Amino acid sequence: MNATSSGPEIRAAKYSPAGIAAGLIRRFSAAAKRYRIEWWILVAGAVVIAAIVSMTLFPHLFTHFRPEDMNAGPQMKPPSAAHLMGTDNLGRDVWSRIVYGARTILGVAIAASLASALIGIPLGLVSGFSGGLGDKALSLVMDSIYSFPGLILAIAFAAMLGPGVINITVAVAVVYVPTYFRLVRGQTLSIKQELYVEAAHAIGARRPTVLAKYIFPNVIATVVVVFSLNIADAIMTEAALSYIGLGLPAGMPDWGMDLSMGKKFLPSGVWWMITYPGLMIMLLALGFTMLGEGLSEILNPRLQEY
Amino acid sequence: MATLIRAEHLVKNFPVKGNLVDSFTKKRLAVHAVDDVSFDIAEGEVLGLAGESGSGKSTTGRLLIRLIELTSGRVDYRGDDITTYSTREFEALREKMQIVFQDPVSSLSPRMSVGEAIGHPLLIHKMGSRRERPGMVLDIMNKVGLAPAEYLYRKYPHQLSGGQSQRVVLARALVTRPDFLVADEPIAMADVSVRALIMQLMRDLKEEMGLTYLFITHDLATAKYLCDRIAIMYLGRIVEITAKDELFSHPHHPYTKALLDAVPVPDPRVSKERDLPAGEIPSAIRPPSGCHFHPRCRFAMPACSEGRPPLKEVAPGHFSACILD
Amino acid sequence: MPDSANEPILDIRDLSIIYPISIGTVHAVQDVTLSLYKGEVLGIVGESGCGKSTLGLSILKLMKPPGRISSGSILYKGTDILGMDDRALLDMRGRNIAMIFQNPLTSLDPLMSVERHFIEAIQVHEPHTGVAECIERAKKILSDLGIEGNRLKEYPYQLSGGMRQRIMIGLALILHPDILLADEPTTALDVIVEAGFTELLIRLHELYSLTVVLISHNLGLVAQMADRIAVMYGGRLVELATVNQIFEKPLHPYTQGLMNCVPNILLEQKELNAMPGSPPDLVGEPKSCPFAPRCPKAMDICRSRVPPLKDYGGRQTACWLYEGGV
Repeated sequence: MNATSSGPEIRAAKYSPAGIAAGLIRRFSAAAKRYRIEWWILVAGAVVIAAIVSMTLFPHLFTHFRPEDMNAGPQMKPPSAAHLMGTDNLGRDVWSRIVYGARTILGVAIAASLASALIGIPLGLVSGFSGGLGDKALSLVMDSIYSFPGLILAIAFAAMLGPGVINITVAVAVVYVPTYFRLVRGQTLSIKQELYVEAAHAIGARRPTVLAKYIFPNVIATVVVVFSLNIADAIMTEAALSYIGLGLPAGMPDWGMDLSMGKKFLPSGVWWMITYPGLMIMLLALGFTMLGEGLSEILNPRLQEY
Repeated sequence: MATLIRAEHLVKNFPVKGNLVDSFTKKRLAVHAVDDVSFDIAEGEVLGLAGESGSGKSTTGRLLIRLIELTSGRVDYRGDDITTYSTREFEALREKMQIVFQDPVSSLSPRMSVGEAIGHPLLIHKMGSRRERPGMVLDIMNKVGLAPAEYLYRKYPHQLSGGQSQRVVLARALVTRPDFLVADEPIAMADVSVRALIMQLMRDLKEEMGLTYLFITHDLATAKYLCDRIAIMYLGRIVEITAKDELFSHPHHPYTKALLDAVPVPDPRVSKERDLPAGEIPSAIRPPSGCHFHPRCRFAMPACSEGRPPLKEVAPGHFSACILD
Repeated sequence: MPDSANEPILDIRDLSIIYPISIGTVHAVQDVTLSLYKGEVLGIVGESGCGKSTLGLSILKLMKPPGRISSGSILYKGTDILGMDDRALLDMRGRNIAMIFQNPLTSLDPLMSVERHFIEAIQVHEPHTGVAECIERAKKILSDLGIEGNRLKEYPYQLSGGMRQRIMIGLALILHPDILLADEPTTALDVIVEAGFTELLIRLHELYSLTVVLISHNLGLVAQMADRIAVMYGGRLVELATVNQIFEKPLHPYTQGLMNCVPNILLEQKELNAMPGSPPDLVGEPKSCPFAPRCPKAMDICRSRVPPLKDYGGRQTACWLYEGGV
């Protein structure tokens, strides 16, 4: 085969859509056969997340009620055929509040996690790779933030910044920047010692290239897992913040706020206002946790096979 | 034969934290990894650098291509002093001076495919257009015996055998068509049968591509097969350097003799009366005075502990750092 | 030298070891039959993946799960080791059969002095022995090893690699076992240290009337020490003969290939005849000679049936070439 003609052919084979689809299907069935329980945990988590994400994207498929509609039904009615999760004290359909509330909590959690990842990861990479005084200083700052109980810190920031979706997102994001920083810095420090990094220097790669091509790809696997687990954590933090009453304007449906409201009416026997928001928070967090744990087992295979 | 590489008075000290007493006496402790080493490598030659652990052979190899910075000394490449080059100037030189390490699997990033890994030096040194590069990679893969090349191009290091990994690492080092290759114990981790294959390959490639090697090893039997000249190192210094045949037939330095004596021979009929030097390799932080080997040497005299013995010519082209005749 | 007329001290019969993993079953050791005679040094040679280390570990049932012995028996002085209960097995390890490994750095506990190591080694088997007596015995064996007694107080980090390996042997031999298993004992050592260590092993072999199983890929080491050599490939025993027979007239093509590709410092070797290809992966039931894909003399039958190990006047080999005799 002509050496120069095989170049483009190799690139083409790599990127054809049919090839990618076939590759993915093959990987799916191979993984299912191979990983058994970890795979199914991952799938379970993915299914839960997919369901809740579709709630945010296509709410009209799930309910015809509007969450703020106070004439949706009689007040404080228990779950029935008409109202799957009952109605709240203002006559609003609880299920519709769940469906529309998914947007808020998921949106904040994912945005906050993304923000903290986008800040923490590059900082960790550069700090770990360069070392020196800057690294020591930055580590000190990050460790200080990290040592604060997350919720307290989030509350402090939320209180400082005031209400609003953006502010809540920032408050939650700040809490998690050290998580990514520490993880990535630690990984970078250990990978820096690897022979292939020295080999990269030996072939003439400059420091930014070494960081981007040799260190980052080997760090990223753990990060993906942490990202998923981190979103689970962020969900809980956001719910806690709005439970306390910090941050979100009253109009937006929010599970945490509904949880808080439901608490007030629980002593009078109204169990459905608090139970369903609580269950959904738990389910969503569980979904991301399972996704993360399943992914962890698969991406970082333990050497159980000789 | 033109001189390709000239190393002059290479010194490398690694600082070490001493104990409390040393800080009081203000002694700056260091590992004297490479202690004033000089040698030439002619174009097309294979110079073997042999020694045990702590000899400084690996460090010397890395110093030549500036993977580690010299404490002092000078390296000439084709007559130019490359120690004065800036980092940027030297990076351009890396096209011509390459290295392969002892552990091929660890030398490859687990997340880069074979094709990407071998092709990366081409990218760095801007060799070949984007269309041409895969072809160049396949070309060198075929040269080192990685077949079928198109199939292996997409594989990842964990999918390769030990022998294949070593070939990939060789391919990566040779893809930019360098002049000079430092081979740091390239076969130490390979299986016995694979070693022979890699050595044959290295020999063939040298002829085909006009290469010059610095072959670092602890195994003199392998050095005998591949090298033209051999330098024996002990605790950071070259103690003997000469042509291969001369070294094996007329070793001069007591350490060289001990080393040759100790090499296991795959032949049960050979029973050797060995006279092994006592003790073990001393610390490189506080090496013995004078000749480093004198505490273990049968022939040691009082003069051996005073002053470093120079490399003197004991036969044409044969140098030994021992004051004995 | 072994006295083959004797009953073997260790008798391995049709031993097979498998590792069931997700992609299939790895047949690490297949139908190995081997006898070890009192007083001999048996070398087991082969490359990575041939099963020699697994075989060595199985003698003391030290394989890591999921590895397990799927068939066969290992008889030590008539008793099947595989049938022993845990307590008998623990007792046997160290007292009757001892093992030393490749990396002395990780084999010693960094938090215990050398002395502590010896005391523990003795007291595990003889709980009533006093500390003073343990130290006496340790000193005695250290002198046989060429180490001064005052080094007993030191910790592993203060010792060199060669020294640590000697301590390992000392710990292995302190209870005077019959059999010493050595799994690549010199691979991590420098050349001169290795030579000294080899001489030590030879001396101890005579001094303590040991029977030694030496597992190594280093043909030079094995040539010096062994009386007989077992060659393994692809999990199977492919040749078994005296050391002279193996080096002078190897029968199995793999052994021949091995002899031809190892550099010999005493010879002028212009070419090393390397064997192309690589060892087989051991997944799945073997249906042919494991060496057939690489064998220059392979015939059709080699690719379709596994050759059995056959005896030819005291030496054995598993190769279809010798179907009609040597």
